[in-house]
Amino acid sequence: MYEGVVQDLIDELGRLPGVGPKSAQRIAFHLLQADSEDVRRLAQAMLEVKERVRFCTVCGNVAEDAECRICQDPRRDTAVLCVVEEPKDIVAVERTREYRGRYHVLGGAISPIDGVGPDDLRIKELLGRLADGTVRELIIATDPNLEGEATATYLARLIAPMGVAVSRLASGLPVGGDLEYADEVTLGRAFEGRRRLDVP
Amino acid sequence: MHVASLALTDFRNYQQAELTLAPGVTTFVGANGQGKTNLVEAVGYLSGFDSHRVATDAPLVRHGAQRAVIRAGLVRDARRTSIEIEINPSRANRVQLGGHPVRPRELAGTVRTVLFAPEDLALVKGDPSDRRRFLDTLLVARAPKYAGVKADFERVVRQRNALLKSAGGRRGRPDAGGTSDPLQTLMVWDEQLIDLGSALLAGRIHLLDQLNPLLGKTYDAVADASAEVSAGYRWSLGEDVDLTVDRTVLAGALRAALERRRREELERAVTLVGPHRDDVLLSLAGVPAKGYASHGESWSLALALRLASYQLLRDDGTSGGEPILVLDDVFAELDVERRSRLAALVGDAEQVLVTAAVAADVPATLTGARVRVERGTIVDA
Repeated sequence: MYEGVVQDLIDELGRLPGVGPKSAQRIAFHLLQADSEDVRRLAQAMLEVKERVRFCTVCGNVAEDAECRICQDPRRDTAVLCVVEEPKDIVAVERTREYRGRYHVLGGAISPIDGVGPDDLRIKELLGRLADGTVRELIIATDPNLEGEATATYLARLIAPMGVAVSRLASGLPVGGDLEYADEVTLGRAFEGRRRLDVP
Repeated sequence: MHVASLALTDFRNYQQAELTLAPGVTTFVGANGQGKTNLVEAVGYLSGFDSHRVATDAPLVRHGAQRAVIRAGLVRDARRTSIEIEINPSRANRVQLGGHPVRPRELAGTVRTVLFAPEDLALVKGDPSDRRRFLDTLLVARAPKYAGVKADFERVVRQRNALLKSAGGRRGRPDAGGTSDPLQTLMVWDEQLIDLGSALLAGRIHLLDQLNPLLGKTYDAVADASAEVSAGYRWSLGEDVDLTVDRTVLAGALRAALERRRREELERAVTLVGPHRDDVLLSLAGVPAKGYASHGESWSLALALRLASYQLLRDDGTSGGEPILVLDDVFAELDVERRSRLAALVGDAEQVLVTAAVAADVPATLTGARVRVERGTIVDA
């Protein structure tokens, strides 16, 4: 245990995700030795992010205005919607530079163990966006685990009667990987999702 | 496959132990409480990450130590490889295969052991969960993909139970916030339960189909009697459905059973349908073994089950290699006749590890190499 405020700082840092007691201690002592100006900037950035950043009223992505940059961008296709669990998943899909549609962030996945049901996710908002018929295709990009699959199945059932084409991201082999190192579940899925090679 | 070397650090009562093993029979001899079983328990741990004696990992770590390490050199078809497992009760185990870190799941099926111990009497006399564990362990040893199926299935059951609980709580007060019907989400978990449950059911039923003919033979050989032995699958799906390995039929039966028992599930807030509620009915001459078989018959049946699994694994023609056979404190429980018959049955196995408090209990035909164990050290190997 350290004296008062130092221990307080270590405790606070230790509550952050991915930071254990040892790392918390290291960060705390780094901050103690750092330039006051640097520390002030860090504190400022942390406060600002809480004050300025909000969640996009349309898609639920992080935003500095009422709507996020993607929702404001007129070049993005309004007919295609990609459903993800978290804002950080948008960043992952964006890195592909393949997708030109818009997003909808659910804010998690259905998991009764954690007390998360459909009402705790932004599903009502999603149905609202689908109501006017602009969106013609919905791509469900929830995580490929049990909870993500459950959420995808739930959404597909809910949306099927609305006449929107619903698809689920394929799961399969990583590009550049070796077949021999793939685990049997992934390989099994890849077999199920195999596609015909068309010779032109 | 056989274990060529075994090194333990802070495992059970061993602070540090190393030993070289040869193919064929090795007998570990020592008084009670010296650590014979701990050695073979470590070998058993390599195959399924569980102990035949305890349900959690904490007792495996020597009192006062943080973690235990098992290192084993293995030989299969003259090829050597090594496995290192660091058992850490508060965190995930760390596993290395041939010096490279791998995920514990990837090790499933690499080492195959069949272990028979006094605890196995529970296969006959114990709860359904003991028999389910026997089936699933064998299933994973034969086809490692079932490790994932089983883990996912168990998680779906936990999710579904959590949902049933919250749905039960909400039914009393209909306006307790939220617009969606919990039953709507229940259907989603039903689908997963049906999908994974039918896969697990098909695996188990197929396994029993293959095990049954072997079981008859091994029982006759152990007991030197010709009794009608069978292991039948007992499921929670109702009597009107015939056992099959057809997944579509199984899925349909699961679906129907879920619908039939929905109300009851909601009332009791627990998943009542699925392979996690099933059992294996062992019978001798048409009579259930549990409750009816004598102590000696129960022993023979438990031993016959293990020997049948051994033969099944040995003859399945996959790349898994011949399993390592472990007989832990078994001979003391058997009469002289059964001892020598057992010895004759396992004499040709690639590797047999035997533990005994009294060396004379082990038939002379089986003693092989001998290792003395005293107070957590290997005295003479």
